[in-house]
Amino acid sequence: MSGGARLENANPVIFQRSGERLLTASEEDEDVHDPIDDREIFDLIRSINDPEHPLSLEELNVVEQVRVKVDDAGSTVGVEFTPTIPHCSMATLIGLSIKVKLLRSLPDRFKIDVHISPGTHASEEAVNKQLADKERVAAALENSSLLEVVNQCLSSRTM
Amino acid sequence: MAADSTLLLSLVEEFVSGLQDSKAKDAAKGVKDGQFTVLQLVEALGLSLTSSQAPTRARGVQLLSEVLKECYGELTEREVEVLIAFYENRLKDHYVITPPVLQGLKALTKCTTLPPGSAVSMLRSLFQDVHVQSLMLTERACVYSMLINLMETREAELKGLGADFVFGFVQSMDGERDPRNLLLAFRIAKNIIDRGYDLGKFTEELFEVTSCYFPIDFTPPPNDPHGITKDELIQELRGVLTGTPKFAEFLLPLIIEKLDSDVPSAKLDSLHTLTACVSQYEHKDLAEFLEGLWTSLRREVCLDCQHHLCEPDLKLVWPSAKLLQAACCASNRASHIVAAAVMPSLIEQYNSRTQCSHRRTLLEVVQRFVQSVRTSQPSVSDESVLSAFRDALCSIVFSALSESNSSLQITATSVLISLAQQTGLLLNSDIELAVDHLTRLLLTEEDDRVSAAVVECAGALAELHPAAFITKLIPRLKKEMFSEPMAQDHTEPSQQHSHHAMRQRCLSALAAVSKQASVVQESTPVLLEVLSSAHTGGVSFSVDEVVLACRSLQRIAEQVEDTEETGQCFHSVIIPRLLSLALQAALQGDSSPGVGSPLVEAAVLSAMVPVISSSCSRLQPTLAAQTASRAVSLFLDGDVSFLPDNSFPSHIQLLKKQQKDSWSQSQMVCLLMGCVCSLPRSVEVPQIDQLLSELEEMSCSCSHQLSYTSAAKCFAGLVNKSPQGDSLDSLIQRTMKRVCSELDSASSSVRIQAFTLMIWVAKALLLRYHPLFTTLTDKLFSLLDDTDLGPMAADGFSLLMSDFTDVLNRSCHADVRIMYRQRFFSENSAKLVEGFNAATQDKKPNYLKALSNIVNKLPKQVQVTELPALLSLLLEALTCPDEGVQLSTLSCLEPVLINPPAALVQQLEALVNRLIPLICSPAMNVRIASLRCIHALSHFPVHEVLPFRARVLRALAKPLDDKKRLVRSEAVLARGEWFLLGSPGGR
Repeated sequence: MSGGARLENANPVIFQRSGERLLTASEEDEDVHDPIDDREIFDLIRSINDPEHPLSLEELNVVEQVRVKVDDAGSTVGVEFTPTIPHCSMATLIGLSIKVKLLRSLPDRFKIDVHISPGTHASEEAVNKQLADKERVAAALENSSLLEVVNQCLSSRTM
Repeated sequence: MAADSTLLLSLVEEFVSGLQDSKAKDAAKGVKDGQFTVLQLVEALGLSLTSSQAPTRARGVQLLSEVLKECYGELTEREVEVLIAFYENRLKDHYVITPPVLQGLKALTKCTTLPPGSAVSMLRSLFQDVHVQSLMLTERACVYSMLINLMETREAELKGLGADFVFGFVQSMDGERDPRNLLLAFRIAKNIIDRGYDLGKFTEELFEVTSCYFPIDFTPPPNDPHGITKDELIQELRGVLTGTPKFAEFLLPLIIEKLDSDVPSAKLDSLHTLTACVSQYEHKDLAEFLEGLWTSLRREVCLDCQHHLCEPDLKLVWPSAKLLQAACCASNRASHIVAAAVMPSLIEQYNSRTQCSHRRTLLEVVQRFVQSVRTSQPSVSDESVLSAFRDALCSIVFSALSESNSSLQITATSVLISLAQQTGLLLNSDIELAVDHLTRLLLTEEDDRVSAAVVECAGALAELHPAAFITKLIPRLKKEMFSEPMAQDHTEPSQQHSHHAMRQRCLSALAAVSKQASVVQESTPVLLEVLSSAHTGGVSFSVDEVVLACRSLQRIAEQVEDTEETGQCFHSVIIPRLLSLALQAALQGDSSPGVGSPLVEAAVLSAMVPVISSSCSRLQPTLAAQTASRAVSLFLDGDVSFLPDNSFPSHIQLLKKQQKDSWSQSQMVCLLMGCVCSLPRSVEVPQIDQLLSELEEMSCSCSHQLSYTSAAKCFAGLVNKSPQGDSLDSLIQRTMKRVCSELDSASSSVRIQAFTLMIWVAKALLLRYHPLFTTLTDKLFSLLDDTDLGPMAADGFSLLMSDFTDVLNRSCHADVRIMYRQRFFSENSAKLVEGFNAATQDKKPNYLKALSNIVNKLPKQVQVTELPALLSLLLEALTCPDEGVQLSTLSCLEPVLINPPAALVQQLEALVNRLIPLICSPAMNVRIASLRCIHALSHFPVHEVLPFRARVLRALAKPLDDKKRLVRSEAVLARGEWFLLGSPGGR
């Protein structure tokens, strides 16, 4: 998992982080119901750390707000992520981190679908299949070394 | 003896003819044990040494040499002399004999009994008869070792050889290839230099023979048993090359040449070597080469960086730019050179790029360069480094300001600021153009971030170049602000909104540019005109806009430079004008209620107060005294003579009870407060006794909240500054008597008013540590049990502990002692706890609220130390149904939880039990605050909180689906941290 001494993509293109969500008056109003929207889901995953770089998934453009779809009423979330290079060996791990982050952060009524943006990875299908398989995700999280890496991706960085 | 000689002969025979190498050891042992002498050995070797067969002779010499290697310490001087003569002679023999001869000589160089002169003769023969580089590796090593040995012991003799020694050495090592031998050779060379051997005319030769290895390029073979590293070689060679300034004339050109190398390691080595040598060289050594070095270095830095600056995706642009900027800061000249090298390329890049993000990055780089040029400028500077690029830079900035991309515009404003701060760089025409751009953006740009940047930029530029702002920006903004939104009734709401936003930007820009007195003279009339138009209705301004105009005046009052001129402006123009407008509005409000000028609105009056108080607090003493007496005579005597537009009736009595309980005049007392409560303490307020008694009367009788509260605050502000003494004490006692009589009569209609006066007077006395303060606290505590006023009394504690911007603060010159909050807390917390325990169930929340109000405002260090004693009470407060109590308790707990004292950790169970129900509170703020506390708990020592993990995670699942987003996001943060507890990779 450590990826050896050499990074696969040693000098990735860095993207700008989006600013904090602007607070609206209705959000401060006790009586208004704020639906869970795409931006809220994006805010959950954009600060996930990349397993290799000291950067967030947002800064690497692995996740983008346009690739997040949520249906609050229907309780479904779909997230597409884009590995930085088509042969990125970290794709499964990144997908798993996103999935775990959403599992921990969303009410359990949600069905969570995390997959690779179509056509952006060599073994797209295999990775998608792994991520969609509940039991394999559960089994992966039983593996303490895998869980360790996922937790590191989800830890808040003190910068 | 005969036996020994037989033995010796057989040993020799077996070694020489029988080729048994081990016999050398036996022979050496024989010599050591005294069985036979070296001389006897030589005799025994006689036949071998004179054999016609070269290999046999070699074998013979080898035996002798190996014995000597063991026994050199036991030789007499005479023996050594003979042996040296023999060996020197053998050097002329067949080449196969040379290796053992050298071995022997090496052994002899270690002899302490080396006769004088023999070292020299040995070396002479060596240099004369042996071509070192045709020898094998080990023999070459042998030669170097001889040299090293002799240099250790016979330094004086070798120096006697003069430059010949150096020449001999140079010849010996010339062409050496083996790294092991090179290390030895470098050591000799270093010794030659360090120990001051005469280099004579061979300086350059010595340099050549060593420097040909520079820069070292050596990769040790895999599994190298010798363990020689490239670094070792580099260090040794560097030691030689940089060892003497005599090499400077050769080394520096070499370094300059090698800096051009394409091999990065060569460049690096060159730079390190340069560093090492310049620290040793003197100026004269370097002088000749400085220019070349500088060119190379500069090119080195620039080229590399320039390359990155031009890279298409600009990935390494920042590191490179920072490097160059550091170079810029080094000196004025450096900044000249770097700017000259970099600016054209940056400008060209900018113009050729189309992507906004790239352009912005480039612009940011430009800005840093402009700034770093500035930091490197000497205070009195000649021509600015950047003047050559002024034109291009300005056009870039202006084109960026005209883009639609907001971050590009924002960056452009900061470049503009940096350019403007370069003394003498921008021409007046540039400034005017800049002002045009800024004006356009102020009038049209809707993006908040851009307009904030534009306002800031305008402020910075106006401070340096006020003229253009006076002639262009202010008149234009005025014109636009005073234009009505087209055909008011039919305009779309969105258009009205954008008109309002434009006015808002103009108002804040007017404040931002007003730092110099000359600008203030122009901008404040515009702002005052906004107020008067709003009042007369000439041009309609909303209450919001009027408030913003007041804020702008306030900002100007705070930031303007403190001069006689600006003081006069506020004293004789702005303050009278404000009072006059407010009075006109109040009188109009009384005569024709309903038509309401915006200037009678509480929001507007409250916004006028800080304008008056900031300006009064900064007035020079004489002006301050004048302003004070004018204000007092206006409010007490109805003296309107100093007000402009003087068409007021003559019987104005602002502080007296008005007919029909009208409050539009009485509320003006807040302006009186702004004036008399912010004066320097040295200024005496005229007619103070009458003023105080009328204020007391008003605050205890008026039914209008702003009026009675302002009167109470004004009273308190004056009490705070009154000199200590009997008259003050009796004033306080008189007031307290009146207040208490109202408070004690349950039927009184002015209990709230009386309470308000009391709490403000209490605040005034608390701040100055007045001894009578305790009387007031006792009353305040007793009110916590009051059915009606109880909650208000609890909130009063918050008032006592808070700072206010309009009155009773240090900038108003109030008497504020340090740590008054701690003092209040330590004197009263026990009373509160006592009161809580004694109170009936329905009054307990008042005590909890009072406590959390106090603790909340204490500095954190005090909270942490005081908390253990109060913890049970605070935990109790969390279960109190009053949301206000919950909230203020949570907010005092949260900071303490970040660094929890031991007492808190012990109460963890209770804390968790009380916090969890609060995350389902109906009040959103309580939910948020409790989630933050639970989040903070996750940072407690792991072993303490781990037992609660499962329970907390379960409880936190619910707020993930809260209807409020703000609650959900706190829940997500907290739950994420609790998940990491005790999990691998987590905590």
